[in-house]
Amino acid sequence: MSLLNRDQGKGFKRLNRRAMLLFGAQAGFMALLGSRLHYLQVVEGKKYRLLAEENRINIQLIPPARGLIYDRDWVPVAQNDQNYRVVMVREQAGDVRKVLDRLRKIIPLDDKDYAAAVKEFKRRAAFVPVTIAEHLTWEQLAEISVNAPALPGVSAEVGLSRYYPLGSDFAHIVGYVGPVSDYDLKRLDDQDPLLQIPKFQIGKTGVERKLERRLRGLAGTRRIEVNAVGRVIREIDRREGKPGANVQLTVDRRLQNYVEARLEGQSAAAVVIDVNNGDIVALGSAPSFDPNKFVTGISSPDYRALMDNPYRPLANKTVQGTYPPGSTFKMMVALAALESGAIDTRETIFCRGYIDLGKQRFHCWKRSGHGKIDLKNSLKQSCDVYYYELAQRVGIEKIAEMARKFGLGERHQLPLNGIAAGLVPTKNWKKTKIGEHWRIGDTLNSAIGQGFVLASPLQLALMTARIATGRAVAPRLIKSIDGVPTENPRPPSLGISRASLNAVRGGMFAVSNERGGTAYSKRIAEKTMRMAGKTGTSQVRRITRKERAAGVIRNEDLPWERRDHALFIAFAPYDKPRYAVAVVVEHGGGGSRFAAPIARDIMLEALYGGEPPLKAYPASQRTRIMNERKKLKLRAPEDYPKAKDRA
Amino acid sequence: MSYLVHNLKTVPTGWRKLLYLNWPLILLVTAVACFGFLMLYSVAGGNFQTWAEPQVKRFAIGFALMMVVAFIPIWFWRNVAGLAYFISLMLLIGVEFFGQVGMGAQRWIDLGFMRLQPSELMKIALVMALAAYYDWLDDERVSRPFWVLLPLLLILVPMLLVLKQPDLGTALLLAIGGGAIMFLAGVSLWYFLAAFLSGGGLVAAVLFSRGTSWQLLKDYQYKRIDTFLDPSSDPLGAGYHITQSKIALGSGGWSGRGFMQGTQSRLNFSPEKQTDFIFTTLAEELGFVGGMTLMVLYALIILFCLTSAFGNRDRFGSLLTLGIATTFFLFFAVNMSMVMGMAPVVGVPLPLVSYGGTAMLVLLIGFGLVQSAHVHRPRRAG
Repeated sequence: MSLLNRDQGKGFKRLNRRAMLLFGAQAGFMALLGSRLHYLQVVEGKKYRLLAEENRINIQLIPPARGLIYDRDWVPVAQNDQNYRVVMVREQAGDVRKVLDRLRKIIPLDDKDYAAAVKEFKRRAAFVPVTIAEHLTWEQLAEISVNAPALPGVSAEVGLSRYYPLGSDFAHIVGYVGPVSDYDLKRLDDQDPLLQIPKFQIGKTGVERKLERRLRGLAGTRRIEVNAVGRVIREIDRREGKPGANVQLTVDRRLQNYVEARLEGQSAAAVVIDVNNGDIVALGSAPSFDPNKFVTGISSPDYRALMDNPYRPLANKTVQGTYPPGSTFKMMVALAALESGAIDTRETIFCRGYIDLGKQRFHCWKRSGHGKIDLKNSLKQSCDVYYYELAQRVGIEKIAEMARKFGLGERHQLPLNGIAAGLVPTKNWKKTKIGEHWRIGDTLNSAIGQGFVLASPLQLALMTARIATGRAVAPRLIKSIDGVPTENPRPPSLGISRASLNAVRGGMFAVSNERGGTAYSKRIAEKTMRMAGKTGTSQVRRITRKERAAGVIRNEDLPWERRDHALFIAFAPYDKPRYAVAVVVEHGGGGSRFAAPIARDIMLEALYGGEPPLKAYPASQRTRIMNERKKLKLRAPEDYPKAKDRA
Repeated sequence: MSYLVHNLKTVPTGWRKLLYLNWPLILLVTAVACFGFLMLYSVAGGNFQTWAEPQVKRFAIGFALMMVVAFIPIWFWRNVAGLAYFISLMLLIGVEFFGQVGMGAQRWIDLGFMRLQPSELMKIALVMALAAYYDWLDDERVSRPFWVLLPLLLILVPMLLVLKQPDLGTALLLAIGGGAIMFLAGVSLWYFLAAFLSGGGLVAAVLFSRGTSWQLLKDYQYKRIDTFLDPSSDPLGAGYHITQSKIALGSGGWSGRGFMQGTQSRLNFSPEKQTDFIFTTLAEELGFVGGMTLMVLYALIILFCLTSAFGNRDRFGSLLTLGIATTFFLFFAVNMSMVMGMAPVVGVPLPLVSYGGTAMLVLLIGFGLVQSAHVHRPRRAG
């Protein structure tokens, strides 16, 4: 009975009421779910779709081909070679160690590489190709292909890698590339995503570094669909990048090769500039090094050998090295004196071998003195006393002003690293930098290019070019980028009177072409090619009064690093100048004996565009010159890479 | 026993029962299951064998079971309710000792041909037991403390066992599902207020016990709560599921990317794409329209249960129908809240859609009971 009653009882009504309540709440919650769905999908839908695309699509970079670097005749000096590397995919290889052991019999794989590869396999997903070895030879590659069935998962890939076909010749100019380092990332402040690619190569020194942005090019991109673990499902699209710009240098590969060969064995630098447009046609710094070793990763013994070499092979001495210019500075003093009217070309000064200034005695290099001497002869014989007198008359400020006009003490803009400004001292400079007053002795020392004066071989060559032309020739190393020639306006005049310039040029001519000139024996015999030069021998040590009394120790008897620097600057042909040359042989000895012959050989090579005829040399020297030339390790013409087809 | 006498005359018998089944409800359940097959086919990347085929087989078995349950008179089910509860409870204790550990939780007993999750069985058994209890209990005693304590124990014992596994989702379902039946049965609202307050106290205790020696939940459960509260705090770690799920869901937009065109689940960004998170794929591929369609189907299932219960003057059948409807509601409400980032990830499948055996069978048995209550409801003679 109770069961029957129940269905009409109070409980039934209450059940229905509470059911309405409960399911009302459920309906309410479902409305909440519906509105949430609406919010996520319709209101916020765009945002989430974007996030979904980001999830799904990866952007891969396609590294652009690095721009090539050519010499002035479009012969490549830095190119991209195919780099064969072997990669392995774990999921295809199966037993990684077994396959690696087999691979080891074909390609050299030391324990470190082996362990690194195994570690990389563990770290990466099974389908990611891991590079096992790079820079394989064609033979090794062929052997891997032949043994392919025994090497599951192993395949060869081709990449591009920098190669410098001329080796050490252009090491100091072009520099080299290397994998981007943490230090580089900090230094560059470059947002280019290419730099994030592991082992991406960027310029580390020289033109490679200074023109990095232009040479690198723009990355292409490949949009790929990936799944949650990163496996590539398909390529969606691809945007090609822009290869780096090709760079044409002003340097002549053959002259550069000659310069490097001629300087070999010494710690020396030589610069050849085209006086008419400032083109640097050769920029040699010896000893040099093989930049290719840096590209593939230099071994630490090799690197230590370079670092420990007292001749500093890694330094580009042409722009980084600064030396007291010695007597090559005398033209600046002479020009300052002539331009200010402190002297004229006819006036003579008496040289008795020294002058006394207060308690101090300043010596001429010739102890017996030159007697009565005029401007031309003061240059020809490099009389020091004449310039002591001149310097006292014009003062250091005028000399400094003149030196700056000729490009000394200035950091010239070239795409090379560590370009030194050198130093042209003034009274103000000494007060602020050293905190001492300028003394008259400082002026005297400066007059003969000693004391504080410092100049780089590049500056000396530039100074010579400016003397030869009377114009503010600016150095240029890049002839064109991406086919667009770099600016090359006709240099403006320095504003120095023709008479003064001619007087100095005449003195320089006498140095090389008149009997008694300090470089007379290093003259050019060919009349149309005669050069005007100036020797310089700069002390790196102080000669004490005691030593002078006992007789100055000869250079040959001193340790290498205390010997004098040998310098020589010259331009030629005298009548219609084309090239200016500066040679510095570190601790070489006398400029006349050690720097001048190098400068003459280089000058002739430049003037003749190759091996000069023997008649260019004085008759008595021809046999010796011929024999010496045979000893030079010059590159054979057929060993140069083919020039770029300009058509 | 005039009830039986009175009813046996009007209740359909034999194959005639087929005509009296709640057919719209059967069609709705089948429609939702088909929705599930489609999504499983899509999630498997257009492969029928991977997930869809086993699911279809399970549904076929479950459907047959549902029919068998529907044909058996409701009073039989009322009489075995206590036994069903007892067996489920024993099995639940059994997994404590013989259970397989999967995903850090003891949840199933391997029967050889299938993996049995007693916690799923308990969801139905508890509803049955409570319905039977309130059917038996005099209306006047419903709110007396002792008679409230008894069903409370019926709920709490399995709930604590499930919590120990630990399975937060099922524990939640048991608690709310059981509470709903007590509410429907007419237990005084004061008890619910008290329960609500003590529940709040428990939540506070759970949160404050963290890091102490008497910590109530496992670390990974705390972590899930953390990531629920702020999924962006750990987008690649524990918050990954929620974040990816919202991305997949949201990217569907109004009309979706099209069937089989979803990228997130196909590329495996969506976690557990074929089980608990299948709604993300559905919403991604079929969009807001598809998601709402499923919700409407669910709502209709509940509505048909409700009308069936309202027309049923048998207290057991009515309570059972409403209890199963509420359990069904809790399944998808918890699952969707979790997928849409409204609740922590607790591991409740989307009913009839998610890939999985026990849940599908248990739900179909539940709908079988609903059908049985519908077919065998008391009718006025003549």
